[in-house]
Amino acid sequence: MAIAERIDAPVESVQVSACPACVAAPAAEALARAGAEKDARLMFSLPAAHCAACISTVEQAVQKVPGVRSARLNLTQKRLSVDADPGVTAAELIGVMGGVGYEAHELDPGLLSVTETDRQGRDLLMRLGVAFFSMMNVMLLSVAVWSGAESATRDLFHWISAAIALPTVVFSGQPFFKSAWASLKAGRLGMDVPISLALILASSISLFETAHSGHHAYFDAAVMLCFFLLLGRYLDHRTRAVARSAAEELAALEVPRATVLKDGAEVVMSISEIAPGDVVRVRPGGRMPVDGVVIEGASEVDRSLLTGESLPVWAGEGTVVSAGEVNLTGPLLLRVTAAGRDSSLHRMADLVAVAEHARTRYTSIADKAARLYSPLVHILSFSAFGFWMWKTGGDLRYAVNISAAVLIITCPCALGLAVPAVVTSASGRLFRKGLLIKHGTALERLADVDTVVFDKTGTLTMGAPELTNLGEHPRQAQEVAAALAAASSHPLALSLVEAARAAGVQPAVVEDLREVPGYGVEGRWRGTRVRLGRADWCGGESLAVTATYLCTGEGAPRAFTFADRLRPGAAEVVAGLKAQGLRILLVSGDSAGAVASFAGRLGLDEWIAGALPAEKAAKVAELTAEGARVLMVGDGLNDTAALAGAHVSISPATALDAARVASDMVLLGQDMGPVADAVRIGRQAVRRMRENLVISGVYNVVAVPLALVGMATPLAAALAMSLSSITVSLNALRLK
Amino acid sequence: MNILTFLIPVSLFLAGIGLVAFFWAIRHKQFDDPQGSAERILMKDWDDHPKP
Repeated sequence: MAIAERIDAPVESVQVSACPACVAAPAAEALARAGAEKDARLMFSLPAAHCAACISTVEQAVQKVPGVRSARLNLTQKRLSVDADPGVTAAELIGVMGGVGYEAHELDPGLLSVTETDRQGRDLLMRLGVAFFSMMNVMLLSVAVWSGAESATRDLFHWISAAIALPTVVFSGQPFFKSAWASLKAGRLGMDVPISLALILASSISLFETAHSGHHAYFDAAVMLCFFLLLGRYLDHRTRAVARSAAEELAALEVPRATVLKDGAEVVMSISEIAPGDVVRVRPGGRMPVDGVVIEGASEVDRSLLTGESLPVWAGEGTVVSAGEVNLTGPLLLRVTAAGRDSSLHRMADLVAVAEHARTRYTSIADKAARLYSPLVHILSFSAFGFWMWKTGGDLRYAVNISAAVLIITCPCALGLAVPAVVTSASGRLFRKGLLIKHGTALERLADVDTVVFDKTGTLTMGAPELTNLGEHPRQAQEVAAALAAASSHPLALSLVEAARAAGVQPAVVEDLREVPGYGVEGRWRGTRVRLGRADWCGGESLAVTATYLCTGEGAPRAFTFADRLRPGAAEVVAGLKAQGLRILLVSGDSAGAVASFAGRLGLDEWIAGALPAEKAAKVAELTAEGARVLMVGDGLNDTAALAGAHVSISPATALDAARVASDMVLLGQDMGPVADAVRIGRQAVRRMRENLVISGVYNVVAVPLALVGMATPLAAALAMSLSSITVSLNALRLK
Repeated sequence: MNILTFLIPVSLFLAGIGLVAFFWAIRHKQFDDPQGSAERILMKDWDDHPKP
């Protein structure tokens, strides 16, 4: 669909005609009428962009298009933003980029605007920079104090440190203060409470000590705390922002619109505005936007995303279709029976929401550590305070000093970095392999997995047919079939043409080619009528496998049989997961014959055929009840409930929206291979997280007794803090 | 030691310049596309004359 999405265009009021080429003119006119001669801002996703040559090729090609003012490719996000005159359409630019060899998808800039200006991330980065600046300067002065500066010099250095550190703590510490305040108001003791307490105590005590020419000031510790904790916070934020923006990108790929017939004119409307009783036109290749009944036209529909059936189903007047099915051959007019919230697509989405809720109850390793940590730190610090008050007979200054030292030493620099550093490192590695993590705890859940459930159609297979018996037919039949198939855009025909071209078959000369929607293609070859299509239309018996039939008038119809094409990497994934000792099941909605032969091809012993969506979810629930941790990999609407119900789930980028929303990870490329890596990396990541928590724990075990007995100096605190933080970061980088 | 009264303000001032530069860079979206910036220096497009 070639509708140029514009931020400024009053989209709802623009009437759009059916042919893609006519779209631009009325849209531009509407803009001109509105008197809004503003620039169009177009956004594209370019998944293949990866190098300097890509940048200059794409930018130059796009800038040559008349009307384009500027084009800039963001390589990190793999997005191109174009500022252009209102007349420039997205379809035109997609064509230009296709011409220089880059696949581009239009994005909805309205949806993306939030992540594009990542305010929160920039804010955190700013505070991080300030903390870093202060840390370096204060450290410089502190080194002088530690190496023996005395009396007036020491006081001067402390005062300068205070002048730098106090504003920094106020500015950079805000994220912690805010969240600590929020958790206190809610009556909880979050991890940010001891952090804030440590920051405030360290600053005020140091100020007090400085004013009284004390020996120890913890300004360096306070800013260092800020820096390391902000670093952890920033990494955490970035991981989530990348996942969120990618998830939005996927959502923006599919523009939810439908062509509605109103008083004989075609109007493009948002799906939410369609009411039952409206008449909707669905072109060949389009997806049904609503549930409905066919009132005009004949075609075949692909139901694989909803049911897992790999064979297209004939549809004519009176056939009931559901939202999400793909119309293959002929235009259809539907009378809407249910739209928007009531459609089967949405009911499925509601199911997902319920299951999502159950999933958020999973507690991550970081949460568990934090829960253990907060009370422990407070108890330690307060008991130190009480003990020294009693021991020194009420020396408040000394007791507060010690309890502050305990808080500072135990402060979770390493704890705050332990998990985010590993998650950043692991998700970066998976992203380069083409796997996107949408959910924060997905990695940890992935590590628990012991059973993998695969869907067949569209997941382990491409959902695209592959011709299997071209060589069995005489050369002449091949040539005629290739010529007939070239006249259709049916998936079987496309695959036949591709196979014929690969085998070097020259199409025969066939005249009067004509596609009969829902049946096939017919033409005239050497004076006789020839047909390629459904078995009954050809006058033959239909076989049990996916096939198209050729009749040339002489002899029985010839069957061209197809098998679903294996997804690249599918065999490797099965082998890889088996090698890791996981139990693998194939659960498909397809017929038993197709599933059995497919399972045999991949060497899978356990398979279930003809499973309804509810049965898939039930199977996953049953496995879970038996104590298994299930990884569900699926793409269709029929998998959605199972995806949401599984311990962790993955779907390919070609999956339906609902399925992608329900899953924790999205496979960006065609290759299935990264799934096996994901399980391995997930396990490794969790091992690293545990190691990191142990490391930061060990530092505390060594340092806390020193602090409790009053032996901790600011130097010891600085050493413990920086060493433990650096150790956990390096450990996270060991991830392969 | 009197040199310190001179050196400390100087070092703070220099670091302050760095901080201001950092603020400028963030405000002007210099960190939005680190990967692209790394690749862009390898492009030969405007080697002969500056971008008009």
